[in-house]
Amino acid sequence: MREVAVLGIGQTSIDEHWEKSLRELAGEAVLASLQDARRESVDGVFVGNMMSGSANHQQHLGALVADWVGLRFVEAIRTEAACASGSAALRAAMIAVASGAMESAVAVGVEKMSDSPGPEITSALATAADADYEADQGLSFVALNALIMRRYMYTYGWKHADFAPFSINAHANAVNNPYARFHEPITADGYLRASMICDPINLMDASPMGDGAAAVVLVPAETIRFQAKPLITLAGSAAATDTLAIHDRVDPLWLSAAAASASRAYAMAGVGPEDIDLFELHDAFSIMAALSLEACGFAERGQGPRLAQEGGIFPTGRIPIATLGGLKARGHPVGATGMYQIVEIVEQLRGQAGKAQIDGARVGMSQNIGGSGSNIVTHILRAS
Amino acid sequence: MEVPRHWRLRQQRYALVGEVCPHCDAKLFPPRDVCPHCGQEARTRFTFSGRGEVYSYTHMSDAPAGFEQNAPYTVALVKLEEGPLVTAQLTDLDGKPVEIGMPVEMVTRRIRSDDGEKGILVYGYKFRPVLAGPR
Repeated sequence: MREVAVLGIGQTSIDEHWEKSLRELAGEAVLASLQDARRESVDGVFVGNMMSGSANHQQHLGALVADWVGLRFVEAIRTEAACASGSAALRAAMIAVASGAMESAVAVGVEKMSDSPGPEITSALATAADADYEADQGLSFVALNALIMRRYMYTYGWKHADFAPFSINAHANAVNNPYARFHEPITADGYLRASMICDPINLMDASPMGDGAAAVVLVPAETIRFQAKPLITLAGSAAATDTLAIHDRVDPLWLSAAAASASRAYAMAGVGPEDIDLFELHDAFSIMAALSLEACGFAERGQGPRLAQEGGIFPTGRIPIATLGGLKARGHPVGATGMYQIVEIVEQLRGQAGKAQIDGARVGMSQNIGGSGSNIVTHILRAS
Repeated sequence: MEVPRHWRLRQQRYALVGEVCPHCDAKLFPPRDVCPHCGQEARTRFTFSGRGEVYSYTHMSDAPAGFEQNAPYTVALVKLEEGPLVTAQLTDLDGKPVEIGMPVEMVTRRIRSDDGEKGILVYGYKFRPVLAGPR
């Protein structure tokens, strides 16, 4: 396997893009990444997307996006792993380049959610869960996360207010990200007063939907001779699965797939949690941020909120998370989210994150969670 | 819509029919044919008692498409007395506050009605608080 480098990045803002279609959003991100990489073409296009079949009545995104960006005739497929579809595309592209099957590839995550009404999107999101035994009982995706959060609070003795730092940190950091959905900081009081969605999850625990696309260009690291920017390599890449349904898990309060993919990614990169300078985790709900920190070795089991309360997750803390807003405030265009995480880590490792810059960031980690913890992809990027 | 899928699940929906592993005696619901505990084949049918307790719960007001007419409703993870967790709606609460550990029992109720008056009615399990006193 060859070492793979990220040569270019591109992203659209996350918003309700009424004037732009799915193909236009994906195209904008891909073309920006090619321009950043100073390339005109690649050998393959990998499109991460969760719900275009129901939300946009459009499948077959590989050919659609390849043709739209002027790469007609190249190999192209779409990857689907629910909310982890974006980083599943990245991992597929990385394997293609690392193996020698391709000399270059684009991975793009895209989701266009605003074309469908709310209840239809709620149903589409619930298809990430077990159709026969979760969604058919009338549960939304938020409700499934609420079941985990309530049991977590009961087991470990946390109050709802203890989760506030996750949301406060994300919104404070998004102020410095021009591509983010929200640019308004929130207070502890604002967190507590937000309207309830599925108790104990309120509006400030939940990430907003949106339309968006983000892309990277991958090439073998050995082919990069001269580059003005720091060389960013994919030092670690791993994915692991767990049961689709929460009720089938060995322990509903532990993300086994996060622990498994993180330990494999650490081993591949030759690093441990103590070496990670920033962590773009999957804070679709604040409970998921806590569980991810615990599974990846940044906090003891049941102690994710304590790490947050002690300031460990803030930009100056031991392990900064959601440094450009995270899912909570950058936004969560489902199948695109994993690629936004990667693009943001590259910005940080290049020193291009502006006021959100984490000083001296050399090693960044991303973790993208599909479903309620059913398919989890972890990447570690390194600057050299 | 999806009539065969709902028909296929009738044993589980109406009677909580799962499986018991003949090798390690683990009780499985939903049925999954390969025992997750010992990895061996588990196809022996087992009917659950329907008794259990609330493991976690939440209240839903924004319902997915097809469930809007039932909103708001309460959903839960129920720990069956034989071991497995099951995801289901709670019913017959009559304003009674739900708590973790609350004893509940399975009842058969309408889960959803598709496509208005001409569509199919989907029945299945929900759980209600166990009534006080000996039964």
